[in-house]
Amino acid sequence: MNEGLIEFKPVDNKGLGRNAPSAFERTYKAEITSIHQLTPMENLYRMQLIDTAERKGFSFEPGQFVMLELPGIGEAPFSITSSPLRHGDIELCIRKAGNLTNFLSRVGRGTRVGIRGPLGAGFPMEKMHGQDILLIAGGLGLAPLRACISYAQDNRSRFNNVDIIYGAKEPSQFLFTYQYDWWRADDIGLHITVEKPDASWKGPVGMTTNILEQILSSRGSSFHENTYAIVCGPPVMFKFVCSMLTQKNLPMQKMFVSLERRMHCGMGKCCRCNVGSTYTCLKGPVFDYWTVMNLKEAI
Amino acid sequence: MLFRVIAREELKRLFGFLVSAHTVVGPVKAGRDRTGLPLYAFEEVERFEDLSLDYAMTKIPAKRFFLPYREDMAVFEMRKDDWEKKVDYNMGRPRIFFGMHPCDINALNRLDKVLMGETYPMPYYIAKRRNTVIIGIDCTPRPCCFCRSMGADTALHGFDMFLTDIGERYFAEILSDTAFTFLKKISATEPSGEDHVLYKKAAAARNERFVTHVDTTDLMKILDMEFQSDVWKQWGDKCLSCGACSNVCPTCYCYGVEETVDLKLTTARKTKMLYSCNVIDFAEVAGGHNFRPERHIRLKYRYYHKHRGFVEAYEESLCVGCGRCGESCLSGITVPEVIASIRGAL
Ligand SMILES: Cc1cc2nc3c(=O)[nH]c(=O)nc-3n(C[C@H](O)[C@H](O)[C@H](O)COP(=O)(O)OP(=O)(O)OC[C@H]3O[C@@H](n4cnc5c(N)ncnc54)[C@H](O)[C@@H]3O)c2cc1C
Ligand code: SF4
Ligand code: SF4
Ligand code: FES
Repeated sequence: MNEGLIEFKPVDNKGLGRNAPSAFERTYKAEITSIHQLTPMENLYRMQLIDTAERKGFSFEPGQFVMLELPGIGEAPFSITSSPLRHGDIELCIRKAGNLTNFLSRVGRGTRVGIRGPLGAGFPMEKMHGQDILLIAGGLGLAPLRACISYAQDNRSRFNNVDIIYGAKEPSQFLFTYQYDWWRADDIGLHITVEKPDASWKGPVGMTTNILEQILSSRGSSFHENTYAIVCGPPVMFKFVCSMLTQKNLPMQKMFVSLERRMHCGMGKCCRCNVGSTYTCLKGPVFDYWTVMNLKEAI
Repeated sequence: MLFRVIAREELKRLFGFLVSAHTVVGPVKAGRDRTGLPLYAFEEVERFEDLSLDYAMTKIPAKRFFLPYREDMAVFEMRKDDWEKKVDYNMGRPRIFFGMHPCDINALNRLDKVLMGETYPMPYYIAKRRNTVIIGIDCTPRPCCFCRSMGADTALHGFDMFLTDIGERYFAEILSDTAFTFLKKISATEPSGEDHVLYKKAAAARNERFVTHVDTTDLMKILDMEFQSDVWKQWGDKCLSCGACSNVCPTCYCYGVEETVDLKLTTARKTKMLYSCNVIDFAEVAGGHNFRPERHIRLKYRYYHKHRGFVEAYEESLCVGCGRCGESCLSGITVPEVIASIRGAL
């Protein structure tokens, strides 16, 4: 053997930042510490990074997501729904949709899962300090919004009016009902509406846009100068909501939406999440509405 | 740049040295197509005689040695209530690529921009890229080649040594110290004035053989203007959504991930598989919503990513104009024709 013509160059495996190659498959091990059924379709999972230093070092912005991995079952993106103050002791609100999510609904406390992240760009909450915020959610869209609500509670004095407009198909589908009084106690306006009421429902019936219209008409014509809007929900919903807000002169750059796309890496490599030529996992999932309008095939 | 001239026999000796110490991959004849023409493939090679250095083009690009079609990203050791994740970049030894054409080298250079860029560089690719020594070789353009139009007909970097056949000898450009060290093993001389003349003649003769051209002037803007054009629908009606084009494309890198467990439930694997944006479920999400449900929308997206999105991000197209996708498409969809039709020239 004629050894050593070429030297082997191993990949540098140090560093944690997004510029380090080793960040790519870096998985934190976490343990599910509680599971709480919210509706027949959605559970709230609380999971804690096992390593204390990693847990403390895990910091994120509302709107960011993680890749949750169950070895041998699969990996998928989920928005973090807990308060950023809780660091690596996170909550995910997960709907049963397929392989991984159904399997997850059958595991118990103490199950060890893998977490990659936090990934993507979140809502620029600091930019909104001093202003009114409108949080508008449809269905499961409340999951990422709940992190914003927590942020608003944790920093209540930094915002003026905070209002949540939340719509569901049926009353039985409302998520986090046990927190509504607590939100209201923190001087957050909560307005919920359903499309299909049942016998017990006493609240408003209709789309989130109806309630939005009422709120806006009570705010006066210059509301757009001191308001930011955050919209999460199915594409049809944010299209209607955002066009109503645009009509009322709210600048597109003061509206934020979170886009859902298929994601297999969360790191700008698999191309599954591309909208036009933009990687939703890197530049998003949160975008301002102006950017969304300018992305080919976004809505 | 350093130039040397290597006689054919000396190149054979060089190959001998390299193959005695390392794995060497190069172009070989792999069979014949239905018209009787030879088919080429990149394979591990042991004997110089098996190399086809004058090969036309391989069906499958060099990509699979850098981005394997199937690759384990991690293996999990499963224990009763716990697991251990082991990540391996699947490249333990250096490798030598002997005889890569400029389009394939340029394809790697363009992939480098995404896969070795600033944000989340991909270690699986990096490990293979930096441990592969590349000896490039010039080619004879075929009718389907339009690399010239895509600025990919010459490789300026991304290789260690590049050979041009100038008759009895090879004219070699040396780009790395590694390649320079190789040449110490054999006799390689400084090129003479006559060699320079021969090189320039060879290059000019090659230039004349490019017959297919794609007009890329203002293409980014035109693609934006024609986003809603009916022309896409016409191509979409022909497309079979088979994904062959991505399979043979040297720059298609998108993938899907799958996890599996062995029967004894002791190990699990996370496997990455190259995918194609032309396949129906590429952009389908939970709840069954498909962001690109129709064939023409998917086909259009493939063109937008190559010829618009990548240009916006990196100032050059992701397509190197190798012509492979058009050659492999059962519906005869080729890049030059699609682009011409979007420009309104067909
Ligand atoms: C940024 C982001 C945040 C999300 N946040 C939440 C959340 O907070 N709560 C929640 O319940 N869901 C969320 N989702 C959706 C969640 O990722 C999917 O429900 C999950 O991928 C389904 O996985 P599965 O293995 O159960 O389904 P599969 O068995 O894999 O497939 C079921 C369906 O899901 C689709 N799908 C498969 N893989 C993915 C993928 N990687 N991304 C998107 N769709 C996929 C398939 O096309 C199929 O239609 C989010 C998605 C994104 C992109
Ligand atoms: S090879 Fe041709 S038919 Fe197949 S997906 Fe590509 S363009 Fe469509
Ligand atoms: S798109 Fe077609 S011509 Fe362009 S690099 Fe890929 S296979 Fe070659
Ligand atoms: S999820 Fe892979 S590129 Fe965005």
